[in-house]
Amino acid sequence: MPEGNGADRTGADGIVELRVVNKWFDDFHVLRDINLTVGRGEKVVICGPSGSGKSTLIRCINRLEEHQEGRIVVDGTELTGDVRAIEQVRRRVGMVFQQFNLFPHLSVMENLTLGPVLAARTAQSAAQSRARELLERVRIADQAHKYPGQLSGGQQQRVAIARALMMRPRVMLFDEPTSALDPEMINEVLDVMIQLVEEGMTMIVVTHEMGFARRVADLMVFMDDGEIVEAAPPEEFFTRPSNERTRAFLSQILTH
Amino acid sequence: MGAPARISTAVPVAAPRRPPPLRARSISHWLHANLFSNAHNTVLTLLCLVALVMAVPGIVRWAVLDAVWTSADGEACRTALGACWAVVGEKYRLILFGTFPYEERWRGWLVIALIIGLAVVSGFRRFWSWYLFLAWIAVLVVVLVLMLGGVFGLRRIGTNEWGGLPLTLLLFMGTVVGGFPLAIVLALGRRSRLPVIQALSIGLIEITRGVPLVAVLFIASVMFPLFLPGELTIDKLLRAQIGMIVFFAAYAAEVVRGGLQAIPRGQYDAADAIGLSYWQSTSRIVLPQALRVVIPALMNDIIRAFKNTTFVSIIGLFDVLGATKAALEDPRWIRFAPEAYLFVFALYFVFCLSMSKYSESVERDLRKGRNF
Repeated sequence: MPEGNGADRTGADGIVELRVVNKWFDDFHVLRDINLTVGRGEKVVICGPSGSGKSTLIRCINRLEEHQEGRIVVDGTELTGDVRAIEQVRRRVGMVFQQFNLFPHLSVMENLTLGPVLAARTAQSAAQSRARELLERVRIADQAHKYPGQLSGGQQQRVAIARALMMRPRVMLFDEPTSALDPEMINEVLDVMIQLVEEGMTMIVVTHEMGFARRVADLMVFMDDGEIVEAAPPEEFFTRPSNERTRAFLSQILTH
Repeated sequence: MGAPARISTAVPVAAPRRPPPLRARSISHWLHANLFSNAHNTVLTLLCLVALVMAVPGIVRWAVLDAVWTSADGEACRTALGACWAVVGEKYRLILFGTFPYEERWRGWLVIALIIGLAVVSGFRRFWSWYLFLAWIAVLVVVLVLMLGGVFGLRRIGTNEWGGLPLTLLLFMGTVVGGFPLAIVLALGRRSRLPVIQALSIGLIEITRGVPLVAVLFIASVMFPLFLPGELTIDKLLRAQIGMIVFFAAYAAEVVRGGLQAIPRGQYDAADAIGLSYWQSTSRIVLPQALRVVIPALMNDIIRAFKNTTFVSIIGLFDVLGATKAALEDPRWIRFAPEAYLFVFALYFVFCLSMSKYSESVERDLRKGRNF
């Protein structure tokens, strides 16, 4: 454990480190003593019933939510109230949301280039060529001039993934990326995510897609009621979960 | 007994796509659908027809057939049965320009053309950007130079000589160009997490909304100078303008705030996640979306600001309405005030109607979810 060494650097332990993190929404204790380490290049899948705190947990990693106790260190930078640190972490962490959250008044191309041009002061032309390259990778190169409202849900989510990749993040956060999609569009998004897995991206994914999780996860994390209840490699997690709550949850989502 | 027979059936087909059936579009069909669809509507239609038949001939006779169109001194009007439109021909210079020096009227015309021209350009959505706002500020400067003079060999004309349509348009433009940014600042301030900024914004908005415009103008013209040191005097027109800006901004701020509240939280999340600062996400993500949503409501405030310019006549400034009133003090024409006021009425109506029609078209586009 790096505790007590006083420095922000946490050594080779992990690119994302959460140590005894606690958070409250008013009086409601939404995250309780969260300890989580994510190794460079590893994939962590978080599942759990709704309201268990899994979204809040990953939103703390790029400071969309503020934690009240404990330490969160991302790629050597600790998240405190310091605005510079927050900006630095956000440049290194890409995020994909359940509702895509594309900017509806901007074209696909503008959605992609806005962040790099404004926040990282990349030249417009460099940002555009990077955007074209990424749109190619998520297989919607021909939609660059369209607006988000003209795309299907699956296409929008692939644009959102491309947008998150624009700044060459070292960590990608996925907050239920397929939950708002029609069933026939889920695979096109999962395919892009698997592509990222194969490229060695560090990924933290909140999802109920258990087939995907079993295939890509290095670590499965089950959360309930603000706590990490169980954490295990997928093989063990799905075949012999140790906790009763995990078993109950898995039996609910794996039937039918 | 065997299993009950299955009732549910569905018929698979291979039907080609085809256009929808045509709707009947004949005149008789339209009449039936809109005017005579049932007994109740038929009675209403007939009653309206009777009212029209009774009113229209009289109006036409007064306004057109028996009207006097030209008369240098109003003599011809005295004996006529119809309207005296000659009053417009004789007094339009005063109505349009008030006490603005006669030989410098070209400057007034240029001001009118510049303001209306830029307003029309602003209507094209492809020009919508923050640059358009800069263009308004530039035109405001040019217009002020034209009106004031004193530079580039232009004769200096004091604001006490300004009047008529240039004054009305200038006050209107100043109110919107000055009030719009203030409204945005107040709306953002009201949602600020900093208590001092929030309190100041709420205070200014609520106090201003709690008093009538007439009171604001009286405060600006009569009371405000009392609080200033004696050697410092601010032009009466400028004081009225500031009062109107604050009044407009207080109302528009609440409209803008409504737009800000319509922005889903996910937009802020996404802007934060890609590393935008508060001002970057406010100017590029939040405001462009919030303002689009509130354009129709904002147009309402803008139209009201146009009509509110008439209030300056009560503090002794001669806008179009004030100048008309002054023009009618001529004893030869005083009888024909209704005709003069109808002309002014038409003038205001054309301006307000075009703004309101424009707002409708924006609303239609918004409803279709079109991007512009």
